[in-house]
Amino acid sequence: MPAADSTDTVDTIEDPVSTEVRTTTYAKAVAAALRTAMHADERVFMAGEDIGIYGGAFGVTDGLLQEFGEERIRDTPISEDAIVGMAVGAAITGTRPIVEMQFSDFVVNAMDPLVNQAAKLYFMYGGNVEVPMVLRLPGGGGTGAAAQHSQSLEAWFAHVPGLKVVAPSTVQDAHDLLLAALVDPNPVVVVEHKLLYKQEGALTPRATPEDSPAVIGEAAVVREGTDLTVVGYSLNTHKALDAAEELAAEGIDVEVVDLRTLRPLDTETVIESVCRTGKLLVTHEAPTAVGVGAEVVAAVAGSRAFDHLLAPIVRVCGRENPMPYAPALEAATIPQTADLVAAMRALAAEDV
Amino acid sequence: MTDAANGQVPASTDASDRPDPLDFLPPDEPVHLLDPDGTYHPDPDHPIDLDDAALRELYRLMMVTRKVDREAINLQRQGQLGVYASCMGQEAAQIGSAYALGPDDWIFPSYRELGAALVRQVDAAGFLHLYRGTWLSDHDPYKHNFGLMSIPIGTQALHATGFAMGARLDGNPIVAMTYYGDGGTSEGDPHEAMTFAGVTKAPVIFFVQNNQYAISVPLAKQTAAPTLAHKAIGYGMPGYRVDGNDVLASYAVTRRAIDRAREGVGPAFIEAMTYRMEAHTTSDDPSRYRTQEELEEAAKTDPIVRMRNFLTKRDLYDSALEDAIEEQTKQVASEVRAGIYDAPHGDPMELFDHVYLDATNHFEDQVAQLRSELSQGGEV
Repeated sequence: MPAADSTDTVDTIEDPVSTEVRTTTYAKAVAAALRTAMHADERVFMAGEDIGIYGGAFGVTDGLLQEFGEERIRDTPISEDAIVGMAVGAAITGTRPIVEMQFSDFVVNAMDPLVNQAAKLYFMYGGNVEVPMVLRLPGGGGTGAAAQHSQSLEAWFAHVPGLKVVAPSTVQDAHDLLLAALVDPNPVVVVEHKLLYKQEGALTPRATPEDSPAVIGEAAVVREGTDLTVVGYSLNTHKALDAAEELAAEGIDVEVVDLRTLRPLDTETVIESVCRTGKLLVTHEAPTAVGVGAEVVAAVAGSRAFDHLLAPIVRVCGRENPMPYAPALEAATIPQTADLVAAMRALAAEDV
Repeated sequence: MTDAANGQVPASTDASDRPDPLDFLPPDEPVHLLDPDGTYHPDPDHPIDLDDAALRELYRLMMVTRKVDREAINLQRQGQLGVYASCMGQEAAQIGSAYALGPDDWIFPSYRELGAALVRQVDAAGFLHLYRGTWLSDHDPYKHNFGLMSIPIGTQALHATGFAMGARLDGNPIVAMTYYGDGGTSEGDPHEAMTFAGVTKAPVIFFVQNNQYAISVPLAKQTAAPTLAHKAIGYGMPGYRVDGNDVLASYAVTRRAIDRAREGVGPAFIEAMTYRMEAHTTSDDPSRYRTQEELEEAAKTDPIVRMRNFLTKRDLYDSALEDAIEEQTKQVASEVRAGIYDAPHGDPMELFDHVYLDATNHFEDQVAQLRSELSQGGEV
């Protein structure tokens, strides 16, 4: 149990009860949400590899062991299958497990407990069993971590009925959506792009998970525009915003929608935007084929927005090869801001 | 009276077919043949059938491994390698065990097996290309009978087992050896591999270098087993324990397991007690989880000093050998630098070359798109 005065001794950690607006990093915003949750709810605990004294592979849990102790910040043996399976069991018994996969790629070892168990127990037991667990997945490329440590597997989870998937792009959303995931009675997968961890932004910390205003399943128009709609999530929302900024100088007015949640997908916000702009570009880092973007495109094509489309829909997503280790090849695999600028410029120029 | 009348369910397997667990128990202490001062303790169960040249060769291999290992760390610090996982301190465990294999036997390594790779005469620079991303592997597995380095933890144990099962079905008397660490023993894959190996009596050796840490997690948090070697009993194979900083013991214990496997008796598990002197990888900061004092204690068990002391006592070590090895390690280090330094990273147009064996129309579009982007000179 957390000692009331323990925060005084941990100078790397901000006061959990302070809801003062501050500038902080995405990683610290996640950490602040973890602390809020653990202070507010004794049922919340974490499990993962090297999350204790080491503070996690990306430093997200730095200091939490000292604050909450080994019972609640559990360094586990190396078995992703066991970590996630244990979390399923723990969730069923009424606790609120938060699992950190060291790299999202490692979750492939835990697909049985996640996909065959966590996602299905509520259904299979006729509503008698709930699995309120949160699985945090540091994913994505651009870090020089090669094929088995750089994947964006979110479409796998978004495809499974029973799982929810959030992919926050901002510091505030990293905080709020994690808290919303904890409040949610379903198993929720939180996709965190590794390149976002050091990104800074404004954070209004929440005192309790219930204070989070984030709603799972709500996208946001993060930049308003009239010429075309760009839909992204996670890191690619930022790339889209950067590209939009660049094109603004050329007089191209881009609207950017941040999906924020991948399942359930807020198709209405996208459709509404496309009805206004008449053009759609979808971007994510995950490989193009059978990605989340395909679902967005299908939703638009099958909606009232179809009649508003002025040009073919464009996808600027990851290429269809495993992530290379060499920097130049990795960069060629991942959609870059320049690729978005070029594709957005071309789409804007399509004859109407 | 029948078993059932005694309350015993009928067994599907005759009790006489079950092995005696005592046959599989590890020794109380790891097998140890060399003291730190080089004193040799002969052990009739673990004979050393090596001539003077081979004894010197073990030492030379450890020296070259350490030099290349240091060179790799330096190259990473210079930005020439993305990351590197050092095997410093583990040279004896790797080289003694790999040296015990026959020429046709196979190794299925993790990412830390530089020493084993050099025993199999894998080119050091080629080995390190994995860590540069020049290509993900630059050695031919079939030329050296040395598989690709497995980055995910423990998966190679299954590959080695499948390989060994195939060899047994073919009647091919080869043995597969897989390396992983103490942390890897917690993953599901090695457990499942050992189950299969035990049931099929596959000629596979599970060689675990217990280097005390899985990144930051010490052994006590990894397992509650009396030793890692005790786990072997549950899969129906012997669990051996060896002083992994003793190259002769590593050789002899592995040799015993290999001979047994080659005869068709079945697989074996070896726990080599060693210590990772360097960081988990160059991305790691070990000062967060272990002390300088502990490191200094571990340094006193250095495997190379121990073997040098042994050779000296045997009059097998002199300044001529010292100079020759010095010269050779410098040469290898120089070749490594030449092979790595500014090695080209490849053309982005090669991206799709090794995804599928045959061309697909899906890729034609992507190739065209990439070519167009590159021709525009833009950021790819």
